[in-house]
Amino acid sequence: MASHNNKDITGTAVYIMTAVASLSIIALILGIFYTLFVQSSLAIGKFGFFGFLFSTDWDPVRELFGAATALFGTILITFLAMVMAVPVAIGIAIFISELSPNFFKGPAGVAIELLAAIPSIVYGMWGLFTLAPIMSDYVEPALQATFGRLPVLEIFFAGTPLGIDILTASIILAIMIIPFTASISRDAFNLTPSVVKESAYGLGATKWEVIRNVVLPNARISVLGGIILSLGRAVGETMAVAFVLGGAHKISWSLLDMVSTITVTLANEFTEADTDMYLSSLYLLALILFIFSFILLAGARLFVMRSERKV
Amino acid sequence: MKSKLKIKIDVSGLNFYYPNGTHALKGITLPIHENAVTAFIGPSGCGKTTFLRCFNRMHDLYHGNRYEGEIRMDGNNILAGDTDLMTLRSTIGMVFQKPTPFPMSIFDNIAFGLRLKGIKNKTELLGRVEKALKDTSLWDETCDRIMQSSQDLSGGQQQRLCIARAIAVEPETILFDEPCSALDPISTGRIEDLIAELKENYTIVMVTHNMQQAARVSEYTGFFMMGELIEFNKTTKIFTAPEKKLTESYITGRFG
Repeated sequence: MASHNNKDITGTAVYIMTAVASLSIIALILGIFYTLFVQSSLAIGKFGFFGFLFSTDWDPVRELFGAATALFGTILITFLAMVMAVPVAIGIAIFISELSPNFFKGPAGVAIELLAAIPSIVYGMWGLFTLAPIMSDYVEPALQATFGRLPVLEIFFAGTPLGIDILTASIILAIMIIPFTASISRDAFNLTPSVVKESAYGLGATKWEVIRNVVLPNARISVLGGIILSLGRAVGETMAVAFVLGGAHKISWSLLDMVSTITVTLANEFTEADTDMYLSSLYLLALILFIFSFILLAGARLFVMRSERKV
Repeated sequence: MKSKLKIKIDVSGLNFYYPNGTHALKGITLPIHENAVTAFIGPSGCGKTTFLRCFNRMHDLYHGNRYEGEIRMDGNNILAGDTDLMTLRSTIGMVFQKPTPFPMSIFDNIAFGLRLKGIKNKTELLGRVEKALKDTSLWDETCDRIMQSSQDLSGGQQQRLCIARAIAVEPETILFDEPCSALDPISTGRIEDLIAELKENYTIVMVTHNMQQAARVSEYTGFFMMGELIEFNKTTKIFTAPEKKLTESYITGRFG
């Protein structure tokens, strides 16, 4: 009987320990939210939550702050990076899982995972010292020469090509999330059972028809999930873009202009925040990022769940 | 019924090697008769499935597989280098061990092969999907939900869907790779009845683990062992008076 009792005690202990560990996650989220909320109350009191959200002010001297410029930068850079990264990542995944010879699959997979494991600060340094000069010396002048005088398009290529701008930052961010998205997509493609693919080949389908009609639809939801994870990563990414974005608080449609994102503002300005209002405004910015990420992930989840229900 | 003597596919001296050098089929020579069911039996690993997959060159999907010899279909050697595999496979349907519905609706599953053939007209697609479903007696069970996911069908229904998908493109030959091994006895019975009906219009080649099944549905039976064709004859002959000792031992259950 004693041993039976001992087992029971172990069971209870394991239950309590695992339960505490799990509950601590919820406590942590609530704690972070509470801290952000309390610390930002000064700014909320002065500007109002929505007043802050939609204000393009960012003037530490006059103590006027608003989130609109940083939010604009965050959304724009993330959007551009995703547009560049997703097609390339899915292309990589298709090649590795479906098209490449077997001897290539292993090394390519390892290379992708290595790329995904590189710390983002390394991407940031590479961006500043290698990519930015290339952009300012060759790519951006060429873009300006090509599109800079066309109506409408000229808006996107106005300004001096310094290499430290929206374009460079979104390219760095895209390069950073490509391996991540590619790796998840490849795993998703590999989940298609080979007999299902063979059934399609058996009907006379070509390789491309099998990929497009069987492999891609089969992996659709997992790939979508991977894209959402990458999106979450891109929105919160700081170090990769901090060096090459300039950190200017303005709204600009030119790809060759400096802007700032929420994370870059936080990283650059926390040490400079010399007044309570400045600090509180940075906290409020963090709170907005927190809520923004939450809405993004929740919305994406809802979307995945809905497409899961169909077929 | 058409003449049973016409040979649809003529296999001669077929050798097959896997990339690791395994000599999986050794000098197979046999005829496949038109509008008849030809069954291959034999213990696991005997090469019967490998043989079946030669008919639509499924082995070509994987690098390093090698054929020797000839498989003549209506006189043309399909193992020749210039064979167009997409065309070949659209004249030979294949049904696998486990049901393999595509992750799409019942309609789209059957329309898949039709669309590959370039049929885009919705009315024609609907007509041919309906016909394929009726031919596999799935229509009554699914007519109210053909636009819904194929994943909600039972295993037996899914397998009949795969057969419907195969016959929708009107192939000449259908390959069955142990089509009932994942099904319950009732579903198995329905598939067997279906195969018996299909041979009126198609040439059928099947691999089966189940000797009773071979005896029930086939006209001709080939017994494989260790990559060799031990005996090939009319099914009635194989099961009542086999010529080889090995065949007799196998069908009487002494091994395998």
